[in-house]
Amino acid sequence: MQAIAVIALNTFRENLRDKILYNLVFFAVLLIGLSVLLADLTIMEHHRMIKDLGLAAINLVGVIIAIFVGIGLVNKEIERRTVYTIMARPISRTTFILGKYCGLGLTLLINVLVMLSVFLAILGLYGVPITWTLFQAVQLVFVEMLLITALALLFSTFSSSTLSAIFTLAFYVIGHLIGDLKGLMENSQTVVLRRAVAGLYYLCPNLEMLNIKGQAAIGVAVPVTYQTLASAYGLSYAVASIVLACMVFQRRDF
Amino acid sequence: MDAITIEGLTKSYGADWPWRSPIIALSDLSLSVKQGEIYGFLGPNGAGKTTTLKILLGLMRATSGSAYVLGKPAGDVRSREKVGFLPESPYFYDYLTAEEFLGFYGQLAQLDRSNISRRVTELLELVGLSGARTRQLRKFSKGMLQRVGLAQALIHDPELIILDEPMSGLDPIGRKQVRDLILGLRERGKTVFFSSHIISDVEVMCDRVGIVVHGRLLANGRIDELVTHQGAQSVEIVCRDVAIADLPLISARATRVLQQGRQCLIVVASEGMIEEALSEVRKQGGKVVSITPHRGSLEDIFLRQASGAEPNPHIQSRVA
Ligand SMILES: Nc1ncnc2c1ncn2[C@@H]1O[C@H](COP(=O)(O)OP(=O)(O)OP(=O)(O)O)[C@@H](O)[C@H]1O
Ligand SMILES: [Mg+2]
Repeated sequence: MQAIAVIALNTFRENLRDKILYNLVFFAVLLIGLSVLLADLTIMEHHRMIKDLGLAAINLVGVIIAIFVGIGLVNKEIERRTVYTIMARPISRTTFILGKYCGLGLTLLINVLVMLSVFLAILGLYGVPITWTLFQAVQLVFVEMLLITALALLFSTFSSSTLSAIFTLAFYVIGHLIGDLKGLMENSQTVVLRRAVAGLYYLCPNLEMLNIKGQAAIGVAVPVTYQTLASAYGLSYAVASIVLACMVFQRRDF
Repeated sequence: MDAITIEGLTKSYGADWPWRSPIIALSDLSLSVKQGEIYGFLGPNGAGKTTTLKILLGLMRATSGSAYVLGKPAGDVRSREKVGFLPESPYFYDYLTAEEFLGFYGQLAQLDRSNISRRVTELLELVGLSGARTRQLRKFSKGMLQRVGLAQALIHDPELIILDEPMSGLDPIGRKQVRDLILGLRERGKTVFFSSHIISDVEVMCDRVGIVVHGRLLANGRIDELVTHQGAQSVEIVCRDVAIADLPLISARATRVLQQGRQCLIVVASEGMIEEALSEVRKQGGKVVSITPHRGSLEDIFLRQASGAEPNPHIQSRVA
């Protein structure tokens, strides 16, 4: 337990000293700021536009961080051989994986909080009413980030960084389209296609479940039960990915 | 209980991919390291030294055979509790300062805070890096990394210290410091197992050595025993007032003959041949200047083993 915390805090420290993260968060801040300018250009629904674009910026940057830092989380340790001296300590491989994951989770949380504060500040500045649904939307974005990180971690335990990036990105895209795709395919004549889509539906996470940005932008309330269920769904998927990642990592030679 | 016991260790790389031909890095290697001794693991490049150490530390799994570290099976988390390890060419978290780096390993070893700061100061002093305490490792030179890596291996005062080529990258002063450090560890009852291809380091420090070539242990034991049993004995005879050309009998059997002006040098392989050589020299009217017996050295053994070991067809060359 203590070892997990030690590794997690060190991972967090590593992230803090990584310039890329600052650039990404700066990029997010820029995007959120830009949303104000864009909103100014549109005549109608000024407020909605600001919220839409701001939430999208938080989501985009969050997912980019989750994918790219998630892939390197363990892979980089093996490629740079820093893993040798760590694993030569009385630490199990599971402890190592969990420590790394928790460390990145903490980084993601701080990132989201920073982006959220900037977003709220801008909303306040322009007198946009702040609704509870906005917080709910950002919380589900955070769950999505945790899920994507876990997937990236899983792929990186058995494939190269490039392949892991491609796999994770594919899961992300399919995860967002799969709900619609399944609906479309329901009436398809081609059995193979229908089966394939059904297979993907059960394999990929249904990421649209974690997307309530639309409701948040127009200020429609989302029940807390939905939020809780969606979070539980996303987190279970993340836990399953991490368990698999630990199992694969267990068998690896360095 | 021995500090390390290895029995019939075999490792082949790529064996789990059926379409790849495996490389056999270790085959049927057995050795043991007693507690409190310094054991040198010698071998040429690619012999399998690093592979052996990685298996001992649970960084990889053996294909077959068994290994025990401080009485527990290698790979078991608890077997590493009292072990310190320095990998070959050290790669560490380069965003940490020397102090943070050692502190991190102290925390992993569950030392408490005051203990950590005391050990960090002591060890930085010991490896001569006190001046670089707050410098990031990315700004360290190769030798400095080697030194801080050594400190990392010792942070929790382990019973068994496993070092993969601890002298590489160090300047002459550094080598001497590390040598003294290792000898100091033995004085405190620690066990040191290290790999090297520098024979003189092994010769001056080790109680016992093992020579591994192509994944096989070709010699194993105390240095003096190895040298008397396997060492190339030779005797150098220098004589005067005689020409090599006049000594056909001994020239034919000597290891080496050399004419230097009025003197000639005859090297014979064993003491039994001295009389034979002397009588021929005297018969030709020559005078004996000196007779010097040479004890074989570890280097002779190493070179002979490394070159003489017939390459096993299963090793190095890929199995078809
Ligand atoms: N990850 C790997 N995959 C495939 N083959 C490997 C791997 N690591 C080592 N080998 C092979 O195993 C053999 C032994 O390598 P090892 O690194 O143990 O040698 P070594 O004795 O440490 O050599 P050196 O003195 O150069 O460090 C070599 O033939 C090497 O090519
Ligand atoms: Mg090596």
